[in-house]
Amino acid sequence: MTATQIPTRAAPTQEAPRRRPLPLRRLVPYGYLSPVIVLMIVLMIVPVVVVIRYSFLDNVIMTPTSSLVGWHNYVTVLGDPLFRTAARNTAVFTSVSVAVHLLLGLAFAMLLNTTLLGQRTKTVFRTIFVMPWLLTVAIIAILWRLLLDPNGVVNYGLQGVGLIDTPVAWFSDLNLALPAVTFVNIWAGYPFFMVSLLAGLQGISADLYEAAAVDGASWLQRFVHVTLPSLRPIIVSMALLDLIWTSQQFPLIWMTTGGGPLDRTEMLSTYTYKLAFSKYEFAWASASAVVLLVLAMVLAVFYVRYQRARD
Amino acid sequence: MRAQSRASRVMVVVGAASALSLLAACAGGEGSPVGAGAADKKGTAADGSVVLELSQWWEPELPKGALRGIMDGFEQQNPGIKVKLISAPYASTQQQTVAGAASKTLADVVGLDGAWVNDLAKQKAVTDLTTLMKDAGYDDSQLASQIKVDGQTYMIPVVNFVYPMFTNDDLLAKAGVAKPPTTRSEFLAAAKAVSKTGNGNAGWILPLAQDAPNGIQNDVMSWVWASGGSMLKDGQPDVTNDSVKSAVSFVKDLYDAKAIAPGTLTMHEQDKVEQFTNGRVGMMIDSLAHITLIRENNPKLKFSISAIPAQDGYTGKRGMPYASWGIGVAENSKHKKEAWKLVQYLMSTDVNSKLSSVANAFPGNTKSVPDFVKSDAKFKTAFDIWNKGVPANEFTGLPTAEDLMRSFDEQLQQTLANNQPVDKSLADVQAAWAKKF
Repeated sequence: MTATQIPTRAAPTQEAPRRRPLPLRRLVPYGYLSPVIVLMIVLMIVPVVVVIRYSFLDNVIMTPTSSLVGWHNYVTVLGDPLFRTAARNTAVFTSVSVAVHLLLGLAFAMLLNTTLLGQRTKTVFRTIFVMPWLLTVAIIAILWRLLLDPNGVVNYGLQGVGLIDTPVAWFSDLNLALPAVTFVNIWAGYPFFMVSLLAGLQGISADLYEAAAVDGASWLQRFVHVTLPSLRPIIVSMALLDLIWTSQQFPLIWMTTGGGPLDRTEMLSTYTYKLAFSKYEFAWASASAVVLLVLAMVLAVFYVRYQRARD
Repeated sequence: MRAQSRASRVMVVVGAASALSLLAACAGGEGSPVGAGAADKKGTAADGSVVLELSQWWEPELPKGALRGIMDGFEQQNPGIKVKLISAPYASTQQQTVAGAASKTLADVVGLDGAWVNDLAKQKAVTDLTTLMKDAGYDDSQLASQIKVDGQTYMIPVVNFVYPMFTNDDLLAKAGVAKPPTTRSEFLAAAKAVSKTGNGNAGWILPLAQDAPNGIQNDVMSWVWASGGSMLKDGQPDVTNDSVKSAVSFVKDLYDAKAIAPGTLTMHEQDKVEQFTNGRVGMMIDSLAHITLIRENNPKLKFSISAIPAQDGYTGKRGMPYASWGIGVAENSKHKKEAWKLVQYLMSTDVNSKLSSVANAFPGNTKSVPDFVKSDAKFKTAFDIWNKGVPANEFTGLPTAEDLMRSFDEQLQQTLANNQPVDKSLADVQAAWAKKF
């Protein structure tokens, strides 16, 4: 090992004045960021802090003075049987929606990625499959309320083919309301999975499939050992995001069933809304919202960790 | 280098300025849907005139320009006062009013529903109108009704939308029913007969959606009030009494007889009107305001207006449910005197006639007569029923009125769908309501 000689620069005849960073210069990056920082503080941090504060107070908003009640609001909300029903419904609604979103999205993405169909056919399918994504929640709710109405097209069709004798009130039936509203949510949400997974499928190298085929792998083996591992990062990210979004779904439930019949489609979001704007119990509603926030944050932490691990 | 440094400094200044302006915009936006202008120079215009804000949901429901035209008339009569309309659909207005009450940014004059009054009064968000009337020397004998909390008036109904019974003449005739029923037993028989005509027809339609539980007030309690019954006793809940029990049992009988249109548990008022308009429903209890809509959407539909059937043998005055466009003055208003002038103007005989005419509603001033009463036979019939009966809406002025309806709704659904005994449902409602009073 030989020592390397580092070339040295000739010392300047006159030492250049050292530039000390001015305080203003150090603020430059913050200056650029300040509009976003202010927006985030005002629109996100402040409301969240206010709601957390409300959740520890008594009779907020409705009375001029409020007193600190500690965890009392949380005890009240968590002890409410309707909260537990709402939590259970939310869990069922969310888990089924996410699972079927994933399955449907993957199935349609693979259909659109197959070489067995012509380009024109795939374009037609892609246009049809992506359509639910183009509609707003309000339109989706109205559309399905009309379709699933006892006098609607779905009942007419089912009666026409002899599957049912009398019209079914899908959103009003105690046993069918939750499946019906979950179905609508699945219909509205699968295109997001489909588009993302299609992009993922198109990024998988054909070499991998060829190598697997040379090794004698069947279609199923190629799917299990090539496709799924390649899509895993997208699937996990999408599933976590969908869990967060679906667990907070409010407008679709509100505009189709309103949480009814009875408490059959009551979700944590509709439960919280009713506490605030029907019962005017804003402190309880704040506690319920904070519980929902904590659940979403747990999922968000998983998502961020996963993203970091990927990076 | 120097130019770059200068550019950076400029960017810092621009960034900070835009951040501050965003902050200012956001701060100014708090409660802005309701009372944004309340703070701008304390409600004074550049020319020194007072700017009154009127928040309401009426403008979107009236013909275009109708409410503005009425306000222009007020401004002409009262130089130095201008009116700024803050209009939004009903549900948005309700939410904004609740938020505005909390942040003390309510508009000077507030459009109110009777169901909100108790909470807003107890919150001291709306002012005591009794005092304002007294100070202005106003004769309140001309007012058809006043909504009071603890003996003081907080809301005045400007116009009233009554809820009579609508009957589909053709469908009733097809079912062999010659004339609209006047008693509950006639109604039950007619509803059964219509439902038996097939083709998805139903005798009666009952919206019980929990997100909008006003079906309890308009379509269920109306049976109680039509027979002179009450759900209150000395201002306290009394839903276990015989009149409420008999009305709920009657609804249960209709449900069990499959005489109610399917989908009732999540149905909304607009679904009810739509199905009646499409000719699939024999009878409904609905707002008179929907007559025009029904005529426009199905000009061929032959329908009649009648009083809500009463219990067999009842001969007393019939209560007729109504909903109001009410008005109040915000406690935080800096111009209560001017605000009262606007209320007084809206309640004056001519203006109230005009407003009730364009709204297809009945006036809040006893001396006012809307135009349509003279020109339209159906409205004339309804006006006669209204005048013969008693305005009835016991939910008006009750605490958390919408929540009271919702808890009743839940128990009624238990009775209808789960066969929970009526007594148990009403006992549960009584217990839930008692906590709110």
